[in-house]
Amino acid sequence: MGAVFTDIPWGVGLILLPLAGGMICFLWPGIAKIAGLVTAFVVVLSVAGLGWQILDDGVYHHTLGGWGAPLGIDLYADGLSLLMLAATALVGLGVSVHSSGYFEGEYSARFWPLWLFLLAALNALFLSADIFNLYLTLELMGLAAVVLTALMGGRDALSGAMRYLLVTLLGSLAYLLGVALLFHNFGSVDMAILAGRVEASPAVRAALGLMSAGLALKIGLFPFHFWLPPAHASAPAPVSALLSALVVKAPFYILLRLWLEIFGPLSEGVDALLGLLGAAAVLWGSVQALRQTRLKLLLAYSTVAQIGYLFVAFPLAVAAGLTAWSAAAYLMLSHALAKAAMFLAAGNLLRFGGHDRIPDLDRVVQRLPLSTGAFALGGVAIVGLPPSGGFVGKWLLLEAALSQGRWGLVAVIILGSLLAAAYVFKVLGHAFTQASTPHEPRAVPASMEWAALLLAMGAILLGFLASPVLALLGIGDPFVASGVGP
Amino acid sequence: MSAAFAYALVGVGLFSLGLYALIVHAHLLRKILAINVMGSGVFLVLVALGGRTREAQPDAVPHAMVITGIVVAVSASALALTLMLKLVAETGRAELPTHRRE
Amino acid sequence: MNWDASIPVLVVASSLLPGLIIFGLAEDRVRLRTVLNLFGALSKLVLVGWMLWGVYQGHLYETRLALLPGLELVLRADALSLLFVTLSTVLWLVTTVYAIGYLEGSPHRSRFFGFFSLCVTATVGVAMSGNLFTFLVFYEMLTLVTYPLVVHRGTEAACRAGRSYLAYTISGGALLLVGTVWLYTLAGTLEFTPRGFLHGLDDGHRPALIVIFALLIAGLGVKAALVPLHGWLPLAMIAPAPVSALLHAVAVVKAGAFGIVRVIYDVFGVEFAVGLGVTAPLTWLAAITIIYGSLRALFQDDLKCRLAFSTVSQVSYIALGVAIAGPVASIGGIVHLVHQGLMKITLFFCAGNLAGTLGIHKVSEMRGVGRRMPWTMAAFSVGAFGMIGVPPIAGFISKWYLGVGALEAGQGWVVFVLVGSSLLNAAYFLPIVHAAWFQEPPDTWPEEHDFGRKETAWTLLLPPLVTAAIALGVGLFAWAPFSPLEWAKLIVAREFYRP
Repeated sequence: MGAVFTDIPWGVGLILLPLAGGMICFLWPGIAKIAGLVTAFVVVLSVAGLGWQILDDGVYHHTLGGWGAPLGIDLYADGLSLLMLAATALVGLGVSVHSSGYFEGEYSARFWPLWLFLLAALNALFLSADIFNLYLTLELMGLAAVVLTALMGGRDALSGAMRYLLVTLLGSLAYLLGVALLFHNFGSVDMAILAGRVEASPAVRAALGLMSAGLALKIGLFPFHFWLPPAHASAPAPVSALLSALVVKAPFYILLRLWLEIFGPLSEGVDALLGLLGAAAVLWGSVQALRQTRLKLLLAYSTVAQIGYLFVAFPLAVAAGLTAWSAAAYLMLSHALAKAAMFLAAGNLLRFGGHDRIPDLDRVVQRLPLSTGAFALGGVAIVGLPPSGGFVGKWLLLEAALSQGRWGLVAVIILGSLLAAAYVFKVLGHAFTQASTPHEPRAVPASMEWAALLLAMGAILLGFLASPVLALLGIGDPFVASGVGP
Repeated sequence: MSAAFAYALVGVGLFSLGLYALIVHAHLLRKILAINVMGSGVFLVLVALGGRTREAQPDAVPHAMVITGIVVAVSASALALTLMLKLVAETGRAELPTHRRE
Repeated sequence: MNWDASIPVLVVASSLLPGLIIFGLAEDRVRLRTVLNLFGALSKLVLVGWMLWGVYQGHLYETRLALLPGLELVLRADALSLLFVTLSTVLWLVTTVYAIGYLEGSPHRSRFFGFFSLCVTATVGVAMSGNLFTFLVFYEMLTLVTYPLVVHRGTEAACRAGRSYLAYTISGGALLLVGTVWLYTLAGTLEFTPRGFLHGLDDGHRPALIVIFALLIAGLGVKAALVPLHGWLPLAMIAPAPVSALLHAVAVVKAGAFGIVRVIYDVFGVEFAVGLGVTAPLTWLAAITIIYGSLRALFQDDLKCRLAFSTVSQVSYIALGVAIAGPVASIGGIVHLVHQGLMKITLFFCAGNLAGTLGIHKVSEMRGVGRRMPWTMAAFSVGAFGMIGVPPIAGFISKWYLGVGALEAGQGWVVFVLVGSSLLNAAYFLPIVHAAWFQEPPDTWPEEHDFGRKETAWTLLLPPLVTAAIALGVGLFAWAPFSPLEWAKLIVAREFYRP
C-alpha cells in the first residue's frame, strides 16, 4: 500500500481534479452541487495523500510531461506548500458545504464551475516551482475571484469586483515586469536556479521593488488596501470567506517564497519598510473595523489588519528567522480557518435576519447558537487568545520581537490584539441583546451552521497541534534558504 | 543590441504611461485601455530583452511567455468589458462609484 | 498504564465534558442537567480526594502535553495547587446546588450551566498549572468563559458590565502575555520551581526583570482586584448570585491572587524578589487596596456592591502576606485564600437568598430580616464576624498570622493597616447584623416569594449553612493535622526553608 501511495502523482491530481469537476458542473448544472461537494472532498483526500507521500519521501517533485526546468513546468511541494494546500482543501470543503445550502438555481449553476476553477488555480499556485507559472496561476485565480465577487450582481458587488479586477491586473503586470527583468539577467524562471544565480544589481533591486509592489497590491497591504473592504464585504458570504481566507494568502505565499529563495540577502531597508507598513495595517485596519456598523465590512477590515501581522514578521526574520517565519505561516493558517468561519457565520446571520447591521443582531446567541459559537471561536483565534492557532502565531511573533528588543513592534502586536478583542466582543455583545425592531427570521439550514462551526473549531484545534504542524512546516527546510538566519 | 534596448525602454515607457492613465482617468473604458497598454509595454520588454543574445536567433522562451501573457490579457479584457457593461446597466455610468461611507 | 499521569487531566475533564454536553441539552431537560452537574462535581471531588491521599503517600501527579516547541502544557499537583483545587472543587459542588435552586424556572439554564462548568474547568486548570505558560492559557480561558455569565441576563446594564469586565481582563491578559513571553526569552523556561528559576541570570537583566515583574503583577492584579485595576468587580455584581458567589468572590479573584503567589514563590522566588526590590511596592499597593476597598464598602447601600468592595479589600490580604516576604506573614496570606473564599461565598449566598426570597437588594431594606430568615442571617453573621476577624472564625487566624508575621519581618506599619481594616469591616458589617436581628421589620418586604412554612428553598438554605459551618470549623480546628492552616505552613516551609 505504501508503494501505491507514493506512485500516484498527487500534485497533478490536485490540479486536474477540480478542473474536471468544474467542467462537469458547467456542462451539467443539474448535478453541480453534488459534483462540487464530491470534488471538494476528493481534493481533501488528495492533499492527505500528498502529505503521506511527503512524510515518507521528503519533498515532492514532479515534472509535467517529462519536460523539466528551465523550459518545462515543474511541480514542487515542501512543508509550507503542503500546509497551504491543506488549508485550501479544508476551507474549500467547509465553503462547499455551506454553499450547497446558500446558492440556489441559476446562481448555483454559476458558482460551482467558478469555485472549482479557483480551487484548481490555487492548488496549481501552491505547487508551482517557477516564477512565471506563479504569474499565470495568480492571474487565473484573480480572474476567477473577480467573477465570483460579482456573482450575484448588485451595484456594490459589481463596482467592488471592477475595482478588484483593475487592481489585480495592475499588480500582475508589475509582477510580470519583474519576472522579465529577472529572466533577462539570469536566464531562468525556475526558483531554485534563480536562487543560485542571483546577485545584487540595480536590475535585481528594480525587480524586487516591482514584484513586491505588485504582490502587496494584490494582498491588500496598507496603503494598497483600499479595494479590499468593498470587494470582500459586497461579495456573497461564501465567496467572502474564500477571498479573505485563501485568495489574499496566495500572493503573500509568493512574496514569502521570493523573499526566502531569491531576495532575502539583498533586502536591507525593504524588510523595515514592509514591517512599518504591516504595523500601520494592523492599527489602521483594527481601528476601522471597530468603527463599522455592518458585520461584513467589519470582517473585511479585520482581514486588512491580520494581513499586517504577516508583514510584521519580515523585519523580525533578520535575526530570528525560523521563529518569525513560523509565526507568519501559523498566523496564515489560523486566519484562513477562523476568518472563513466568521464570514460563513455572518452569511448565516444575513440569511437569518435579512441584514448584517451589528446593532440589530437581535439575540442571535439563542436563536442561532451554532453560528454565534462559530463567530465567537473564530474571533478567539483572530484575537489570539489561548488556546487557538492565533495564540500560537502571536506567541511566536512576540518571542521573535522580545528576543530582539523590538518594543515598538511588541506594542503594535498587543494593541492590535486589544483592538481585535474590542471589535469581536462588540459583535458578541449585541448577540445577547434584543433588537429595537424585531423581524421575521428565515430558517438557516443546519449544514450551513455546522460548516461555519467546524471551521472555527479547526482554528481552535490548530492551537493544540503546534508541534506536529511546525514539524511538517520544516520539511524541505523552506525557511533556511539562501542565508536567511535560523 | 541598442535597438533591442531601445524597444525595451519604449516598453517601460508604455508601462508608465499606462499606469498614469489608469490612475488619472475616471472612465472605465479608459482604465481598461490603460491596462492593455501597460500589458503591451511589459510584453514589449519581454520580447526586446529576449532579443539581446549573442547568437543570431533570439531566445524563444520570452516569446512563449508573451503568448501566454496575451491569452491572459485577452481573457482579462473580455471580463473587464463585460463587468463594465453590467455596471453601466446597473448604475447608468461607466465609472467606479465613489466608496459609500456608512 | 501510568494512571498517575492522567489524574490531573481527569480532574479538568470532569467539569469540561459535562459542560460541553449540557450546552446541547434542550431547556426543559432539567433532571438530566442536574444529574450531569452533580455527577461532574462529585466525580471531581472524588478525584481530588484521590490526589490528596496519593500525594500524602508520595505519588507524583503530572500531565504533560507539548503545545509549542520547547513549551509544554503541564498539569501538576503540588501542595499549593492542591490547596486551591480542593477549595474550588468543594465550593463548586456547593454552588452547583445553590445555582440549581436559584435559577429554577429562569431562561437559558443550559447555556448558563454549560459556561459555569467551563469556568470551573478553567479555574481547576489555573490551580494545577505546572508552569507559567499553562497558567496563562487557563487564565485567559477563564476570562472568556466568565463573560457569558456576566451578560447572562441580556439587559443593557449587564452588557455594559460585560464590556467593562472584558476591557479590564483582556488588557490585563495582554500585559501578562508580554511579561510571560519576555521572561521566556530571557530564562528559557517557565516551569514553576520552588524558590524560583531566575538565579542564573546575570545582573544586566535586572531592569528587564523588574519591568517583567510589574507586567505580570499588573496582569494578575486585574483579576485580583488590586487598586486601581479593580473597577470591573463592582460592575460585575449585576450577574446572578451564583455567579457572583463562586466566580467573583472565589474563582476569578482567587485566580489572580493565586497567580501572584505563584509568581513570587515559584517564578521569581521570595529571596530573589526581595533582592530586586519589587516586594516593597507590592506591599504598599496591597495595603492601599485593603484600606480603599473597605472605605468604599462603607458607603455602598447595595448589598452586593458592599460585598464586592469588601472582596477588593480582603483579597489583597493574600498579596500582602506574600509581599511582606516573611514566613509567618506568608502563612497568613496563603491560608486566607481558603478562609476568605469560605466566608465570602457564605455572604454572597445569603445576599442571593435575601434577593431571591424577599426582593432585598439594599442594606437599608434589611431591618428585622433576622426574624423572617433566621438561618440565612445566622450564616451571614458568621461570615461577617469572620471578615471582621472575630475568633474563632477563620478570618481571625489569617489576620493573626499576618499581623505577627509583619512584626517579625520588621514591617510594623502593616499592623496598623490590619487593625484599621478590621475596624472598617466592623463599621460596615456590624450595623447590618444589628439591624437584621435587633430592629423591627417593615410591614411588607420588597418582593416576597412564598415558601410556605420554610424560610426558603432548601437548595438555597443548605449551601450557606454548610460554608458557614466549614468557616467556623476551619477556625476552631486550625491546629488539626489537615486544616488549611497546617497546609499553608507546609507550602511556606518548602519555599523558605531548605528541605
